[in-house]
Amino acid sequence: MAGTTQSHSAPAVETPLRRFCRDFAESRIALLGLAMFAIVLGAALFAPLLSPQNPYDLNQLDIMDGRQPPMTMSMGGFTFWLGSDDQGRDMLSAIFHGLRTSLGVGAMSAIGALALGAAAGLVAAYFGGRIETLIMRIVDIQLSFPSILVALILLAVLGQGTWKIVVALICVQWAYYARTVRGAALVERRKEYVEAARCLGLGHRRIVFGHILPNCMPPLIVVVTVQVAHAIALEATLSFLGIGLPITEPSLGLLIANGFEYLLSGKYWISFFPGVALLTTIVSINLVGDQLRDVLNPRLQK
Amino acid sequence: MAEPTLVVEDLRTWFHTRAGIVKAVDGVSFSVAPGRIMGLVGESGSGKSVTGFSIMGLIDPPGRVVSGRILFGGRDLATLADDEMRHIRGRRVAMIFQDPMMTLNPVLRIDTQMIEAVQAHERVGREEARRRARDALGQVGIPSPEERLSAYPHQFSGGMRQRVAIAIALLNRVELIIADEPTTALDVTIQGQILFEMQRLARETGTALVWITHDLSVVASLADEVCVMYAGRIVERGGVDDVLDRPAHPYTAGLIGSVPSRNQRGRPLQQIPGVMPSLLALPTGCSFRPRCAYADGACTEDPPLHDFAGGRQARCAHPLSGATP
Amino acid sequence: MSVFIIRRLMQSGAVLVVMSLIVFFGVYAIGDPIEIFISPEADQIERERAKVALGLDRPVWAQYFAFVEAALGGDLGRSFVFNIPSMTLILQRMPATLELALSALALGIVVGLPLGMYAGYRPNSIGAKAIMAGSILGFSLPTFWVGLMLIMIFAVDLGWLPSTGRGETATWFGMTSSVFTVDGLRHLAMPALNLALFKISLIIRLARAGMRENMLMDYVRFARAKGLPMRRVVMVHVFKNIMIPVVTVVGLELGSTIAFAVVTESIFAWPGMGKLIIDSIQRLDRPVIVAYLCIIVLMFVIINLVVDILYSVLDPRVRLSEARN
Ligand SMILES: Nc1ncnc2c1ncn2[C@@H]1O[C@H](COP(=O)(O)OP(=O)(O)O)[C@@H](O)[C@H]1O
Ligand SMILES: [Mg+2]
Repeated sequence: MAGTTQSHSAPAVETPLRRFCRDFAESRIALLGLAMFAIVLGAALFAPLLSPQNPYDLNQLDIMDGRQPPMTMSMGGFTFWLGSDDQGRDMLSAIFHGLRTSLGVGAMSAIGALALGAAAGLVAAYFGGRIETLIMRIVDIQLSFPSILVALILLAVLGQGTWKIVVALICVQWAYYARTVRGAALVERRKEYVEAARCLGLGHRRIVFGHILPNCMPPLIVVVTVQVAHAIALEATLSFLGIGLPITEPSLGLLIANGFEYLLSGKYWISFFPGVALLTTIVSINLVGDQLRDVLNPRLQK
Repeated sequence: MAEPTLVVEDLRTWFHTRAGIVKAVDGVSFSVAPGRIMGLVGESGSGKSVTGFSIMGLIDPPGRVVSGRILFGGRDLATLADDEMRHIRGRRVAMIFQDPMMTLNPVLRIDTQMIEAVQAHERVGREEARRRARDALGQVGIPSPEERLSAYPHQFSGGMRQRVAIAIALLNRVELIIADEPTTALDVTIQGQILFEMQRLARETGTALVWITHDLSVVASLADEVCVMYAGRIVERGGVDDVLDRPAHPYTAGLIGSVPSRNQRGRPLQQIPGVMPSLLALPTGCSFRPRCAYADGACTEDPPLHDFAGGRQARCAHPLSGATP
Repeated sequence: MSVFIIRRLMQSGAVLVVMSLIVFFGVYAIGDPIEIFISPEADQIERERAKVALGLDRPVWAQYFAFVEAALGGDLGRSFVFNIPSMTLILQRMPATLELALSALALGIVVGLPLGMYAGYRPNSIGAKAIMAGSILGFSLPTFWVGLMLIMIFAVDLGWLPSTGRGETATWFGMTSSVFTVDGLRHLAMPALNLALFKISLIIRLARAGMRENMLMDYVRFARAKGLPMRRVVMVHVFKNIMIPVVTVVGLELGSTIAFAVVTESIFAWPGMGKLIIDSIQRLDRPVIVAYLCIIVLMFVIINLVVDILYSVLDPRVRLSEARN
């Protein structure tokens, strides 16, 4: 009986955040995605603690341990759960550190692209006119070229390096954010509260950051998840092709590339397991993103 | 009177939705004789279209014809297998839809859409089928039908498209046409022409017509009999003059009172108060009860169908005095 | 029709001008053209001579026109590595890339369209759910890793297919392609499938969404009311409407397929322009990079143009409304 009264009073105190969480949790598969992502994130954050070995400390590597299949004992007395690469590096440790690099690059480029794209989109929507036409033309033209091509060109001009790939990813992705923010902001701008805020004499900055931007958040969150997954995949691809991250900071893509030549002789694990880690990361983000899209889409809300 | 073309008995078509069972059609009975026109009137949402689709066997899940009989040509259409029903659709019963802008396939030429309708039922050559299509277009008053055959739907106006849809219904000399508000989207002069042509068609060929509309003036000028539908049920039926001149059901009276007409000039139009209740939350007893000025305790019981003079029937506990039992 | 094409041609011309400006400033303003066109090993005298030859002592606009002239004449320097004109080099590699990209798109349609249409026709079936799960996986799987796994399974473990190179080609009707020989097909199978994976997922989604949307349209119900068999309703009426967005997207995807071929070509050592550009970037063979850039931009503009025209041919509504303007 007590339960009934409680469930009756619960909706009254339901905050938007709670409602959001409950809607999100409706999908089991999305929860699974979230759990997977939490594990991936944990592995990346605590890589140095979790790894049996520091894969980049050459003193810890023993060439005698090279290309050991999974579950073999290393010279140092621990188990290569996922095997070892040609230099005797523990694949599990390398994957933890690789995740760190991949997620780090993905996050940095997402933040950069978000800042740049959101600013451009807001300026376009808020001021309109020539500025808007110019910005949106650039966005349209850029989006008519596939992301990998734009990244390829930029890297060809800029050269290699961690920061260069972050810059390239930002340049590839800002346009998506700009388009999303402009779309949402245009809708918001026409609403009455913006008119009201203008009449109250609030400055441009207050209106944009205090009123328009917060209301652009739902679509923006969805685009962020999609684009982070995209950035991680693109960085891995570029690194795999040997024009991405330098060898000193191997991301998952580079680990996979490293195992390519051994794949042909049947030593699958050097490429296989980093690929599984990459796949897990991307799938988990996409699953979360799919559900976010459903939950945050105003048209689908009951 | 001749043997009726179509007899519908106690038809129930329900939609099993998440929110509950929507009884869109709940115990509808009527019949139409050859060459006669039956008007089916009611507010929008009263279940007219669902009735039409049920007869055609075009109800898709979550909807289902749960009970009742649809007797046509000595068979019960409700029990026919899908494939048998397909040979009746378009061959012996045709349907014309409300929105002429949506019913023709935008990316297929008119001749394709007409020829396939012939060839779906008869083994005739393309040329023969095309000739029949051209004749049908001419029959519904489309100028230079030969040229128009190779046009696309968007090259026609709304009125012309509806004529094309009617021409398609005429292709196979059907015995029954169900017309679902075919003139609602058209302007009045075109509506008049189409009504006239359809009436002539029924008289000349003996085709029976079920004419669905929410417009009483259309029924008055076109139909022989009328059924008034409210919330999935028929509340009154009879000859068109009897029902429109001396309505027995307060709902019919309300509908008539809300139509502007000459002899009412100067008097305010009467509106039926309130709106049709949700089909998911119908009141017990008479579903018109909450909007009815005559409602009392007796109306909480399901009112039976009363017979009145001239073969009319009405489902009301307090029939209006104009109608004599 | 021709008005529409002329207008689209003018638009494409405008985009080309804009892109040539961007390429020009990308090369001349961001990078140092001397570095881009002259081999790093060149000495000082050679550099000065090249500076004059490239017209770097002239004003910017004159340089721009010189660049456009050179590009139009197909003269964008010689490859440092191969020591032949970079344009020639790329054009030599282009057929292999086109062959791969077109095979991948064809595979995408052949596999994706039926699966997607089925998933849209029976959205609640187990098959449909499996198809959709597969398409999510197809979107998430990194192309290059799938390529490695294909090699691991089909080349290393099973030994069925060769893992590198293009194989034997044959010439038929003036077209030289590896699809004409068994050996060529065996070499093509894995790369094409690898590149097609993303397209299959995409087309599944498009076809499914189109199917679901179109099945609810009035024209489908009307086609059924004519008594057409479901097979014809789906395969003709719905299919034609689904094809419009699918063809548009597939056409637009040709460009991105060519771009993403860099990955597949690198994995399978496919001798196309994608592998060439990656090698060139790694070897800093800049004339090849610039030439690739010019050609790919031109290709994109042409593809977009062709797709638009194709779209207008498929959709009579666009064709005629554009013609009227
Ligand atoms: N596919 C469906 N699912 C659920 N309810 C439906 C469906 N189709 C019709 N209905 C319900 O059936 C009722 C009658 O609809 P309809 O026959 O179209 O009315 P009208 O008299 O205006 O033609 C409506 O209340 C509608 O909500
Ligand atoms: Mg209706």
